[in-house]
Amino acid sequence: MNLLEVRGLTTAFMTGRGEVNAIEEVSFSLKEGEILGIVGESGSGKSVTALTIMGLLPQPPARVAAGEVVFNSQRLTGLSDRQMQAIRGPGISMIFQEPMTSLNPVFSIGDQIMETIAAHERLSQSDLRKRAIGMLDKVGIPSAARRLDDYPHQMSGGQRQRVMIAMALACQPKLLIADEPTTALDVTIQAQILDLLMDLRDEFGMAIMIITHNMGVIAETADRVLVMYAGRVIEEAPVASVFDRPLHPYTRGLLECVPSLIEDRPRLVAIPGTLPEPARRPPGCRFGPRCRHAQPACSEAIPTLEALEPAHTAACFRARELALP
Amino acid sequence: MSEAADAEGIAYKREHPARAALRRLFHHRLFVTGLILFGIIAGIAAAAPWIAGVDPQRLSMRNKFLPPGETWLFGTDNFGRSLWSRVVWGAQLSMVIGASVVALNAVFGTLIGAAAGYFRRLDNALMRVNDALMAFPAILLAIAVTSVLGPSTLNVILALSIVYIPRTARIVRSSVIVLREMEYVQAAVAAGAGHWRILRHHILPNAMAPMIVQLSFLFAYAVLSEATLSFLGVGAVPPTPTWGNIMAEGRDFMREAPWIITIPGVALMITVMGLNLLGDGLRDVLDPRLRIQQ
Amino acid sequence: MIGVAARRSLSAIPVLLIVSLISFGLMRLIPGDPAAAIAGVAATPAQIEQLRRDLGLDQPFHMQLLEYYGGLARGDLGRSLLLGKGVFAATMERLPVTIGLSLYALVFTLLIGIASGIVAALRQNSIIDQAAMMFAMIGISVPNFFLGLLMIILFAVHLGWLPSGGYVPFSQDPAGWLASTTMPAFSLALLQAGLLARITRSSMLEVLRQDYIRTARAKGLPQRQVILKHALANALIPIVTVVGIIVSLLLSGAVVTEALFSLPGMGQLLTQAVLSRDYPMVQGGLLLVTTFLVLVNITVDVLYALLDPRVRYE
Ligand SMILES: Nc1ncnc2c1ncn2[C@@H]1O[C@H](COP(=O)(O)OP(=O)(O)OP(=O)(O)O)[C@@H](O)[C@H]1O
Ligand code: SF4
Ligand SMILES: [Mg+2]
Repeated sequence: MNLLEVRGLTTAFMTGRGEVNAIEEVSFSLKEGEILGIVGESGSGKSVTALTIMGLLPQPPARVAAGEVVFNSQRLTGLSDRQMQAIRGPGISMIFQEPMTSLNPVFSIGDQIMETIAAHERLSQSDLRKRAIGMLDKVGIPSAARRLDDYPHQMSGGQRQRVMIAMALACQPKLLIADEPTTALDVTIQAQILDLLMDLRDEFGMAIMIITHNMGVIAETADRVLVMYAGRVIEEAPVASVFDRPLHPYTRGLLECVPSLIEDRPRLVAIPGTLPEPARRPPGCRFGPRCRHAQPACSEAIPTLEALEPAHTAACFRARELALP
Repeated sequence: MSEAADAEGIAYKREHPARAALRRLFHHRLFVTGLILFGIIAGIAAAAPWIAGVDPQRLSMRNKFLPPGETWLFGTDNFGRSLWSRVVWGAQLSMVIGASVVALNAVFGTLIGAAAGYFRRLDNALMRVNDALMAFPAILLAIAVTSVLGPSTLNVILALSIVYIPRTARIVRSSVIVLREMEYVQAAVAAGAGHWRILRHHILPNAMAPMIVQLSFLFAYAVLSEATLSFLGVGAVPPTPTWGNIMAEGRDFMREAPWIITIPGVALMITVMGLNLLGDGLRDVLDPRLRIQQ
Repeated sequence: MIGVAARRSLSAIPVLLIVSLISFGLMRLIPGDPAAAIAGVAATPAQIEQLRRDLGLDQPFHMQLLEYYGGLARGDLGRSLLLGKGVFAATMERLPVTIGLSLYALVFTLLIGIASGIVAALRQNSIIDQAAMMFAMIGISVPNFFLGLLMIILFAVHLGWLPSGGYVPFSQDPAGWLASTTMPAFSLALLQAGLLARITRSSMLEVLRQDYIRTARAKGLPQRQVILKHALANALIPIVTVVGIIVSLLLSGAVVTEALFSLPGMGQLLTQAVLSRDYPMVQGGLLLVTTFLVLVNITVDVLYALLDPRVRYE
């Protein structure tokens, strides 16, 4: 029984030029306690995927055009916002890329952690406080009790991201979605935050969906990886097999430009060309115009995910032939 | 996204920024509405000598309190004067006063604001006086100044300028302070350009957008304040036909002749609303950052 | 926070000094002979001389200035020529009326302005939003005296629901006070309400776009809490900064509203003083009202610091 099932998810946005699909036919699943990495260039649809699962996209302009999300045997697509509120927090919670702006500047961090718990559990004020202090302790904020009444602007970026994690885990969710949790942080802090997430996964046993630009982060944290390009999943595999034997030309390109495990720069730029905007995607394989191996047939149909090895799928017409040694 | 930005690299058709701004203005629904409303009143004001008909001061006791109709388009007042003629001439006076206040603000607001923003040493002194003038409630200060200078059209213009120039200067000063620190200005300083040249070529042209927005709202305030002053009896002296004067006189006949109040009131409202819409449109197009300010 | 209050009070001193100088200078700016102008055309030369001496206008300029600030230090703002009593006493008699009217109008302003601004922002571009902004545009475009006149024509002349003027003190008869001030307060409030609705809407739209709102929703907080706590607390910060402007506009507007509805407040006092060339009254009253406004602005800044911890802990 999978914790999360995403099936054929297509999210469309109403724009000035009509409706465009930000993500298309995205399917994957996640087991309890598993860490799934999602990589892809900026604009490939990682955040839209995460926000669609959370039901956090403003509707309109966004709309789930097809597919479904099933979490813990419950179908989330189609739930009302009020019903989703009960899921967010104790079911799925999320941390974001920008720790500097993701906390509300006018409330103390203690208040922001406590209100999260209070929204889902009936606890006395002093119990709420105790839980909040406990959480801050767990994410490694020194002298937690004293810092509870501090405001976000009194903390560093790394500390704020720790607070975000404390807040996200306060209701012990079964799934944590981390959307580029370290991109905005210093290199040394990045490693600390990743270590913290690993430790907390071991302690709480939640599943994690970690979104990143960075193959290094994937190598260090994830069990399985999902590669996205132009709104579609183009490869999915256990981390080890992706690094050993990437099947999609795009993934191969990505791996060629992993500079070091942690260093975030240069981001995925080694592949010539740019990612097409949703409204200007080429026909057939979306990667075609940038692909070294493209053939005329590639622009005639969209390749679908195909298992080439057990648990390793890729969406490329030539994957098999190119994979041959 | 502009249609020029094309992934296939189709050549840009470069448009002059002023042209682009104009094009966007004329696609701005509210701006166009404002322009039409204001244009109607301004047109009537300009055409006053030809369309007003009878002398606005001509009394005709036989014809008093005639309701709007065919012979008397807007009816007559308690002295049998043509309300159409009085409202039309009132429009002209409003426009003259509004435009004069705007012109004085454009000149002196820019001078004071640029001086304060550009020359650090002048800033403190100028802005303290500015703050003090802005601390007075606007209408009260205007009333006090007209009462000292005596009620007349010219003095109303002076009083309203004294009230509003500090506000304009403040806006110009803020943009100048920001622009002064810009790299290209610093580069010009480093290249040894004189103060006057830097102000004229590098700073003031870029400080214009927020000021133009401010001036269109200012026109509205000026028209509104002038009407208020004359309604209170401290503006242009009756029987000069100003909208405020007409409404003040109409107060005693609200029951039998409500049109004496409502017609100039609606004219006033159309003018002010037109200008506010114009200002909103200009702000949206020229300076989106200003959106939060009043 | 005490720091904010102290700093703001200090910076208000030069402003008040210049305000008092301007007030002082006004009477001296009367073209020609101020004493003759004040005494009026019917006065005899002897009367003019007497007035000149009474007002201290026969003294050298620096003595006049010394006298003026000496008076201010003693709390003596001069004497009203028309009422024959001290400016301060005359003002204090009338102030409660104006303050009551302004507070009542402020309640209308805040209720209408903030509520419609929030609703408009939450339903951006909907019919409700467009209606609210249309209403706000009318609010900032209708002169308050015209609105007041229309309300008198409708509610007093035609329907006879409310009196067209006159004042009943609150202490005498609260219901009567309400009846005598509802139309004035509403017509006075509409401009500021329109202004505030526009500011609230744009401030709210700005805040709703922020990351921390998404965080609040991601935590599973109820929508009500996201809007009324997380969004509003931040949206109020720029709104508070305009409260000073709003109070200033209310006081300006009250001058006209009081004249229109014959309410015996500060505004009416000052208009009468202007019309009867009671310059000491104009000068002193202007100074008092403006000082009050400066105090309001200091309070607003302290309130601002209370709302925004980033300023509070500066
Ligand atoms: N509100 C929106 N309206 C219209 N299009 C949108 C909106 N939000 C996202 N998109 C489109 O969806 C696509 C995917 O965006 P998304 O934010 O998911 O990318 P991402 O992979 O998370 O990139 P990044 O690494 O920069 O965070 C983008 O091309 C973007 O243009
Ligand atoms: S399908 Fe063709 S174009 Fe697409 S990745 Fe494979 S080889 Fe390249
Ligand atoms: Mg993203």
